[in-house]
Amino acid sequence: MIRLPDPKPEVLARREAILAGLRAILPEDGVISETLRLKPYETDGLSAYRQPPLAVVLPTSTAEVAAVLRLCQAEGVRVVPRGAGTSLSGGALPLADAVVIGMMRMNRILEVDYANRLAVVEAGVTNLGITNHVSADGFFYAPDPSSQLACMIGGNVGMNSGGAHCLKYGVTANNLLGVKLVTMAGEVVEIGGQHLDAAGYDWLGLITGSEGQLGIVTEVTVRILRSPEGQRAMLAAFKGTEIAGQAVDAIIGSGIIPVALEFMDRPCIHACEAFAHAGYPLDAEAMLIIEVEGSVAEQDMLLGKLKEICNRFDPISLKVAQSAEESLAIWKGRKGAFGAVGRISPDYLCMDGTIPTGELPFVLKRIGEMSASYGLQVANVFHAGDGNLHPLIMFDANDPESFRKAESFGADILKLCVEVGGCLTGEHGVGVEKRDLMGVQFTAAELTQQRAIKSAFDPAWLLNPAKVFPLEDNPALQRAA
Amino acid sequence: MSDSVLAPADEAELAAAVAAAAASGTPLAIEGAGTKRGLLRPVQAARTLSLRGLSGITLYKPQELILQARAGTPLPEIAAALAEHGQHLIAEPPSLTALFGSEGAPTLGGLVATNLSGPRRISGGAMRDHVMGIRAVNGKGEVFRSGGRVLKNVTGLDLCKLLTGAHGTLGVLTEITLKVLPGPEATGTVAVAVADLAQGVQVLSAGLGSPYGVSAAALLPQGLPAGWAGLDGPQAVLRLEDFAESVAYRGGRLRAELAGFGAVHWLEGEASRALWEAVREAEPLSAEPEDAVWRVSVAPGEGPQVVADAGCPKSLLDWGGGLVWLAGPATEAQHDAVMAAAAAAGGTFTLFRAPEALRAAVAVLPAEPPALAAIGARVKAVMDPAGILNPGRMRAGL
Repeated sequence: MIRLPDPKPEVLARREAILAGLRAILPEDGVISETLRLKPYETDGLSAYRQPPLAVVLPTSTAEVAAVLRLCQAEGVRVVPRGAGTSLSGGALPLADAVVIGMMRMNRILEVDYANRLAVVEAGVTNLGITNHVSADGFFYAPDPSSQLACMIGGNVGMNSGGAHCLKYGVTANNLLGVKLVTMAGEVVEIGGQHLDAAGYDWLGLITGSEGQLGIVTEVTVRILRSPEGQRAMLAAFKGTEIAGQAVDAIIGSGIIPVALEFMDRPCIHACEAFAHAGYPLDAEAMLIIEVEGSVAEQDMLLGKLKEICNRFDPISLKVAQSAEESLAIWKGRKGAFGAVGRISPDYLCMDGTIPTGELPFVLKRIGEMSASYGLQVANVFHAGDGNLHPLIMFDANDPESFRKAESFGADILKLCVEVGGCLTGEHGVGVEKRDLMGVQFTAAELTQQRAIKSAFDPAWLLNPAKVFPLEDNPALQRAA
Repeated sequence: MSDSVLAPADEAELAAAVAAAAASGTPLAIEGAGTKRGLLRPVQAARTLSLRGLSGITLYKPQELILQARAGTPLPEIAAALAEHGQHLIAEPPSLTALFGSEGAPTLGGLVATNLSGPRRISGGAMRDHVMGIRAVNGKGEVFRSGGRVLKNVTGLDLCKLLTGAHGTLGVLTEITLKVLPGPEATGTVAVAVADLAQGVQVLSAGLGSPYGVSAAALLPQGLPAGWAGLDGPQAVLRLEDFAESVAYRGGRLRAELAGFGAVHWLEGEASRALWEAVREAEPLSAEPEDAVWRVSVAPGEGPQVVADAGCPKSLLDWGGGLVWLAGPATEAQHDAVMAAAAAAGGTFTLFRAPEALRAAVAVLPAEPPALAAIGARVKAVMDPAGILNPGRMRAGL
């Protein structure tokens, strides 16, 4: 079980005064403090952990966020920023003495500028909301995390979210122009703007993916792109994971960078097929979904090349979509993968590590061995082009021993990712989930330096503390208790 | 002079040299090949710390789109290794040795420290977008890493981005891991004769807003040397890079869509490549040796107004109009005009090249808001408490 820092007794003791201060800043319905109404905020996408906060505030403007932070800074109150609460790493998990700052009421699209190909939106606009707003004009916002229907752009900035199409279009960091950031001291700073590249230090790059450690983002300027003429998918199934891995190598080696290149292992294929009836080959050990873009003729040309490459690896099945509908059918199973696993197991942990793509066969073999020794099933989805691996570990949350084993299995997988040259998290963030594994990837001196940079922004460690960095050896969170 | 140059042979020696300099409070000028010594403010340092001893590609996995090299590795060595596998550096970084009148080839470390990107910046991203991992030595002489050798990594604070473009003031890069990509099979350029800069940016915007995957978009000034790529300015130029079939198809569509703006030309293969190499190196700017040179970054639509407001005699627009190269008299008055033009357009500027006196006298980068400047000073104190790494390079007193 994850350890959270002890609540500050002086903050708990001043709860009523703090609530009164918050009510003076925000509209009447913008402060939540009743036990029952705090319930929805006590967890996020990592639902194994729960902790009701001291209060939740729902600001409607940057000025309100700044006023809340000034109050919290003055009172020494910890704050936890929250978008839609879809974090799979517990990034929005509250603390008992913390004020959760929910950004969902800041959901306005402030500006869309097609000539300059950008949009200015508030942090609580959903990821898909941006694309939906501009799609009729032929544009889209590129990063597409699986949670894009719900997750908010402010959270995407906090976690530097990726998605299935980032092999071609990059992650959040590569698609931002600027943010409006409120510091813990309540100062509002504009970082970046509508232009490319900072002339001084790249604060935008540092803030993206900083998991709410450095400030609270209230507005985001994103790049929007013109949609391609069309896209189409193909499916290729193979007898072994190694041979599928070789096919991936051959594809990249050919000079083709598909917009998506997804890999599923046998347990995942079976789970998805049972759920979605997408026509996936059940005798395959591994399956690739490959998507290309362009005009119909360009799609034909690229899919032809890809088919020729896959044919060199003795595929069990090769299916090129002939229409948009057939593409959707191929994607249907993959997009429903999490739901599909949820159907065969009461609970699952969705892990997120990255490995050098060449290590995939070895890593899958080791995961298979661990699965046998832990006695827990696992299904693997993999963004094959960029090495981002998502093992779904199935367990039963009603059985504490099963949960403990699943967590331990997950930690072993992430350690394996680091061991083969990869990292603990490719796109979900460290959060609380992987906090205590940071020492596997970083030296003590490296962590000390990162913490000192956080301190430069937030000297009292009030911003989303207890996340990202191990609690141990952290002077800022050691209390004379 | 030579005994004032420290040239460690490896990272451990470099770390020891920095630790010693920190202990004695000796400022260090960090240098790769020194090709961009004339960029930003002059560094007043007792000693130069040269990265030339830390050279060589340490890992290259074409199938994983990853290349790792020591900071002092010359750019041509990296380009050649990539070319063997048909790959390239995504950000198309410029060399700019002609612009700076410098000798030798830029190093990887220098390119990352300056975060300089070429025409492909608008479609493929900046150098900073492809730095997947770094090893570096901070101002205390401690070796540290950030990122790694994989393409997707959100583990911990992204110090790769913090150090990219920090001009050696927060740490000395010793090894860099880059994402690389397959180079295109073919390239072609649509050139449209335009009436003025405003119309030119409209053409670029129309191309960049099309579904044809324009990889670069620049605006060549009037008065190009005769015969320059067979074009006479002002010309809006848009590049396609892809498989040959795609370039042919998309080039045709783009020409048809842009024909209404003005006379259209189509450049292929070598002619297209040569044109963009020239744009990358800012050749069409035709800066005279005595001119100062500025780079201004704004929203693309603001480019023409910046050119008008700054009042520099020479300009070149890249990045769809958002990157404004300016050349003019190396005076404080001209510098003030450029600063004001950039500020009015909501963008940033860099005094890119100027005589030392001007670079030492003026702000070569825009000032940050006080809250951010205070954070910046604290971050600098974390990374380089003795203030020995490239002191004064970016801002006076920092």
